[in-house]
Amino acid sequence: MAATATTEAPVFDKKTWMGGVEPMRVSYGKLMMWFFLISDTFTFSALLVTYGFIRFSYQAYDPAIFGEYHFSNLYWPIPERVYESVPFLHGVQLPLVFVGIMTFILIFSSVTMVLAVEAGHRMDKAAVEKYMLWTILGGLTFLGSQAWEWTHFIHGTDEGTVIRELVNGQWIERTIFGANLTENQYGPPAFADLFFFITGFHGTHVLSGVVLNILIFYRTSFGLYQRRGHYEMVEKVGLYWHFVDLVWVFVFTFFYLV
Amino acid sequence: MADHSSHHHDTESGVIAEPQTKAIWKTFVILSVLTAFEFLIAFTLHHGFLKTSIFVLMTIVKAFYIVGEFMHLKHEVKSLIWAIVLPCIFVVWLLLALLMEGGFVFIAR
Repeated sequence: MAATATTEAPVFDKKTWMGGVEPMRVSYGKLMMWFFLISDTFTFSALLVTYGFIRFSYQAYDPAIFGEYHFSNLYWPIPERVYESVPFLHGVQLPLVFVGIMTFILIFSSVTMVLAVEAGHRMDKAAVEKYMLWTILGGLTFLGSQAWEWTHFIHGTDEGTVIRELVNGQWIERTIFGANLTENQYGPPAFADLFFFITGFHGTHVLSGVVLNILIFYRTSFGLYQRRGHYEMVEKVGLYWHFVDLVWVFVFTFFYLV
Repeated sequence: MADHSSHHHDTESGVIAEPQTKAIWKTFVILSVLTAFEFLIAFTLHHGFLKTSIFVLMTIVKAFYIVGEFMHLKHEVKSLIWAIVLPCIFVVWLLLALLMEGGFVFIAR
């Protein structure tokens, strides 16, 4: 055992795997987090690809055919005409402003997360705690904003939309407000379904991320990682949190902007 | 104490190194400017191929900075980078194939 005599006390080394080597020069936990994230990428891609497929299979809005833009289930809605409300500013048309604010909140919480990781590298416990709290606050603010957006989407506009439908062989006209999984005042029901599924699945990820962040904050403040000698758990949860931010960047573009 | 190369030793002596956050804030500024630029495009250009192309390009650039800097992938070994990037290229293929397929479904019904 002369070879091991030179090494330091048997602290847990995050770099060495059980076999003693280190594939791809990352720790086991980090590599598995990467593989989880790539599988999660496939899930989100499937949802966004489905959105693209269904959207392309529907009639697009064309001023030459339909005249001035209004909500109708005859064509796929233009997202910036659907999402134009901001809390406390009832009746003011501010297209995409609230979604933009939500995007900035999430990007900023990603920054505080990476600052927490950086503080962990320096074994600065107080700074890790501080930045984890900011990250948790950002995540909760985002979730609150999303709850408001969902509520508004479900309740609909003041005017509603008149739709014509065939009931028992007769055409009847009916005004519907907001959207659920079967009817939608903004456009075809599929649009509302995809909105609920895509932003809902992303929101679930944000919620899980906030729970993980709270756990990391709790364990940091009790000094677990300080005793362990490294803050790698902050990095691993950080990877997840950045991924959630990354998914939002794609949802923002392909659901709200395009 | 100050000449120790490893930060592990700093904690043993109770000294905490200075924060190195320049790259982080630089990335944040880039992401913010790109998002602001997307907003500008959203309200100045008409819907069309050019607008969509700009949005897709901006999104890829933002993804590059988030994955490369925040998730540190840029500084990992090549095999790990490719293990992550390569599957995503196939996803782009799936996306394009199904967008075309969706267009055919529209024509067919």
